[in-house]
Amino acid sequence: MGVTEAILLTVITAATPLLIAALGELVVEKAGVLNLGIEGMMAVGAACGFAAATLSGSSLVGVGAAVLAGLALSAVFALLVLGLATNQVASGLALTIMGLGLSGLIGAGFVGTNRDAIPPVYIPGLTDLPGVGRLLFGESPFVYVSLALALGILWFLGRSRAGLTLRSIGENHVSGHALGLPVLRVRLYAILFGGACAGLAGAYLSLVYTPFWSPGMTAGRGWIALALVVFASWKPLRVLFGAYLFGGATVLQLHLQAASIGFPSQALSAFPYVATILALVVMSVGERKATGAPGSLGAPFVPDR
Amino acid sequence: MTREEAGGSPAGDAPLVALRGIVKRFGDLTANDHVDLDVRPGEIHALLGENGAGKSTLVKILFGLLQPNEGEIIWQGRRVTLDNPEDAADLGIGMVFQHFSLFENLTVAENIAVALPRGESLRDLDKRIAEVGARYGLALDPGRPVWTLSAGERQRIEIVRALLREPRLLILDEPTSVLTPQEADTLFVTLDRLAAGGCGLLYITHRLEEVKRLCQRATVMRAGKVVAACDPRVESVSRLASLMVGSEVVEVRPAPAHAAGPVRFELRDLSLAPTEAHGIPLAGVSLAVRGGEIVGIAGVAGNGQSELFAAMSGEVEAETQEAVRIDGQPVGRMGIDRRRRRNAAFVPEERNGHAAAPRFTLSENIVLSLHATSGVARRGLVNGAMARQLAAAVIKAFDVRKGGADPMAGTLSGGNLQKFVVGREILREPGVLVVNQPTWGVDAGAAATIRQALIDLAARGAAVVVISQDLDEIFAIADRIAVIHDGRLSAAHPAREIGREQIGLLMAGSGEGHAHAA
Amino acid sequence: MRLELVPRRDVPAAARILAPVAALVASILIGGVVIALMGRSPAAALDVYFIQPLTEGWALQEIAVKATPLLLIAIGLSFCFRANLWNIGAEGQFVMGALVGSILPLVTAGTDAGPWVLPAALLMGALGGLLYALIPALLRVAFGVSEILTSLMLVYVADLTLDYLVRGPWRDPKGFNFPQTVNFDAMLPYLAEGGRLHAGLLFGPIAVLVAWFVVQRTLFGFGVRVSGESPKAARFAGFNPDRLVVAAFCISGAMAGLAGIVEVTGQIGQLKPGISVGYGFTAITVAFLGRLHPVGMLFGALVVALTVIGGESAQIALKLPLDLTRTFQGILLMCVLAADALVSYRVRVVTTARA
Repeated sequence: MGVTEAILLTVITAATPLLIAALGELVVEKAGVLNLGIEGMMAVGAACGFAAATLSGSSLVGVGAAVLAGLALSAVFALLVLGLATNQVASGLALTIMGLGLSGLIGAGFVGTNRDAIPPVYIPGLTDLPGVGRLLFGESPFVYVSLALALGILWFLGRSRAGLTLRSIGENHVSGHALGLPVLRVRLYAILFGGACAGLAGAYLSLVYTPFWSPGMTAGRGWIALALVVFASWKPLRVLFGAYLFGGATVLQLHLQAASIGFPSQALSAFPYVATILALVVMSVGERKATGAPGSLGAPFVPDR
Repeated sequence: MTREEAGGSPAGDAPLVALRGIVKRFGDLTANDHVDLDVRPGEIHALLGENGAGKSTLVKILFGLLQPNEGEIIWQGRRVTLDNPEDAADLGIGMVFQHFSLFENLTVAENIAVALPRGESLRDLDKRIAEVGARYGLALDPGRPVWTLSAGERQRIEIVRALLREPRLLILDEPTSVLTPQEADTLFVTLDRLAAGGCGLLYITHRLEEVKRLCQRATVMRAGKVVAACDPRVESVSRLASLMVGSEVVEVRPAPAHAAGPVRFELRDLSLAPTEAHGIPLAGVSLAVRGGEIVGIAGVAGNGQSELFAAMSGEVEAETQEAVRIDGQPVGRMGIDRRRRRNAAFVPEERNGHAAAPRFTLSENIVLSLHATSGVARRGLVNGAMARQLAAAVIKAFDVRKGGADPMAGTLSGGNLQKFVVGREILREPGVLVVNQPTWGVDAGAAATIRQALIDLAARGAAVVVISQDLDEIFAIADRIAVIHDGRLSAAHPAREIGREQIGLLMAGSGEGHAHAA
Repeated sequence: MRLELVPRRDVPAAARILAPVAALVASILIGGVVIALMGRSPAAALDVYFIQPLTEGWALQEIAVKATPLLLIAIGLSFCFRANLWNIGAEGQFVMGALVGSILPLVTAGTDAGPWVLPAALLMGALGGLLYALIPALLRVAFGVSEILTSLMLVYVADLTLDYLVRGPWRDPKGFNFPQTVNFDAMLPYLAEGGRLHAGLLFGPIAVLVAWFVVQRTLFGFGVRVSGESPKAARFAGFNPDRLVVAAFCISGAMAGLAGIVEVTGQIGQLKPGISVGYGFTAITVAFLGRLHPVGMLFGALVVALTVIGGESAQIALKLPLDLTRTFQGILLMCVLAADALVSYRVRVVTTARA
């Protein structure tokens, strides 16, 4: 395996959880809801996924459990922001605070347990192709799922009728309601989808990325995923691009850290967070006012009687 | 008339839809009190009433947006329940809202597609839009994003959207409120064609001339009840008006003759980039208003009125100090407080959320605009007792009806809150007053009080600018009239010398060249 | 079936005050279910969490000590939240305050620098938090960058900075390679001999009084409230929105920074990783539990501090993990938000029965 291929493989590995979580949040935000609970849902997904996989001995069960956990948490969030029209920022924060706590409760019994990570795909012949085999045909199944998600969401939002309904509701829920579009129902589905994606991203962390579970293993990835959506101006392919760019930067930082070039390791660890801030600034400077943010983003919807 | 050919006298037809004894209560307010109404195929039926008479509630019920507490809806002889707009649309009821239900960042075609029934193919949508457009004179470019369109074009989207579903009944809520007189004429032609095709139209308005011009029957509502059903073609305008208002219409008293004083408020070649997304840039606006006169600024909504108000008030500062002058002093770079200290006062368009904070009490809303000019805030401290005194003075002088000692602004009715926010400024005796849409959506009594107060203020020597979409209002109170179109302001013409026709042309952006110095 | 929200016209003041209490009760019930699901006795946990700390003198003192940073941060945050600004990085501002405030005590440790060091350290702490909060504020004002993400990202940066300093340049050379600084000489005095109550506790009540006065009586407080309620009305009133953003963040950052340096000079006595146990995030719950009212937040801080102490005892006595406390705080915040909604709206369950 060549050096380039190895590096690209690690970039994809680092990018995939961000991509999955960010794509989920993209759909939520396109429907006009801001869910700051991604970090919490990812954390619970990681813990539930690892716990279920260990107890059942099946990775697939683990992935299913993680997705269900994300769904369940997002359903709580939906009950608050849709059912009771609570403030979305505060509700999302509450979800993250609770989720980080819950993940600790669930994962506590599994600290120190190791299990085999879900192996990458292997297709005889294709995967062994020199240069590109591993890159194209030997990734983790999650990678293919994430790419399919990106393309699927691109089609859904841009081409499908349901996607048009969802975008309209996110753009202006008052108009949508007046036209008889089911604002709250569409938002509920979007929030649940976002929750499932966050759970899946969490499962990737504890079942593929590492062979174990550890407290705080999401390390702010949920927040970075949120930033990616802004960075991508709410466009699916740009989320894909942004996630890989970010994955690349993370890998670069890890390599620098390994090379120990006399830079304090903490400065390198801080890099993703600083880079996120810089990316947000660059985006705002570049496209002031025309960032493509959905018009009703974050506003609670209470129909007129 | 064309509809005579459509199949005999409309009076003989069975109703398309009949509302029987509709009651709708909101808490202790009865918005609709046993309302009966029917619309026949091929007729244009006017639903007349003042703001707050219950017209909008009634049509929301008919379109499935609200459910009545009592009463029934009979569609072609069959009793129906309308749980949501989808049910209404399935029956063949279409609606053109007063406040457009559009999505600014989506294209025309997307805006139309999103409202079509599920399962309907979107493949040849562009072609169908073009067909309907050609048949009814509603030209549209399907690929344009909505935010680039004028109000008239936006309304066309709404109408095409409704027509694509081939409605049997089309409801139009105040459709001409955003149109120039010429655009309104075009709309009337479209509506006549629709009626001739057998569609029933329910036309909601408070503009009586239109009703006489367009409708065969009229139902008049007042305070939630039907007070009359008549043939508007044979009734006089003043009779219709008194049915609507419930008493003789209050006319404003013209000011006693007074000479115009020196120029007190002036804009000189004011240009300003918009601060909001999709805002209108102001281009070379000039205007001089003398003490003692009211200058009305007419225009179709969305042509830069709010931007002009923001620039006049100082909510958005001008590029240069010279661009705005109050009593001869350049104030362009000054914010709203510093302009207030120079004895100017301002009333923005939105009562709730701009002129007043709805969840703040009336006395707190006194602090909102008077903290810089009265004693309610000294050395950074708020004097609550004084604010309450000032609030009481405004309430008394302008007969503001309210519940409780110091209620939240949002609990007042539209007319009472508007009297409060206008009165708050007038009681200061400002030398310059700029008001945006002074009587938008308020009842006739409050509107008369407010217009009279503006006339009296000018008579006492103040320079008054009234930005309004309501041409009747402008002709009732303005001494001179200017027109804003696409961020440009025409010269101000004496009201006696300019006709509606000419104003209409200016509102549509044609007519004379724009003035550079008034 | 769906829920329909009908705004209530007049909400009695008592309902608004009782809502957080109801939320607390509801979240205790939900917490009990969680504990039961873990296979433990909810009754025993309730006793350890909420009852025992109230019966023991040391625990009461400890509650006051823990409540102080929570209260200070929450009061600061309330200025942001009232103005509809989402500073969620108080944790980072707390750490930065502790860090900048520690510079003087570190430099003067072991010298006889005199009593000026402590007040100067407190000031510098507040300043450190303020400057750190200024970053998201200025990015928002200058470039329109959402303050939510930037303030949060800076938490990680602050934690890593602290980590670097106590492992690197600021490490106590005689500390057996532990990541910590020397012990400070400049410490807040104890209020009573032999107790746990230090002078920093006085900042709490003072902050409550000042905040109440500023919010209710000053034009600045009025401006903060209006800009959160309706930004256009605030602009009409002549309040410069950018200045309000900066001011609210400065207050918020300074309070968090003060809390940070008070924690270090009142309790810990040195810098080390983990000087904050998530105070900056927990304070968000406190702020909402107190309905952003200074007096309410005082009670909110005491209640949440009680759960923190209770959680520590439960860990020792019942082997219940500390994460339970965090979970509970999240549930509590959700319940507070829900209770608020139930006070503002009447919820009708609409079953669409079709004819």
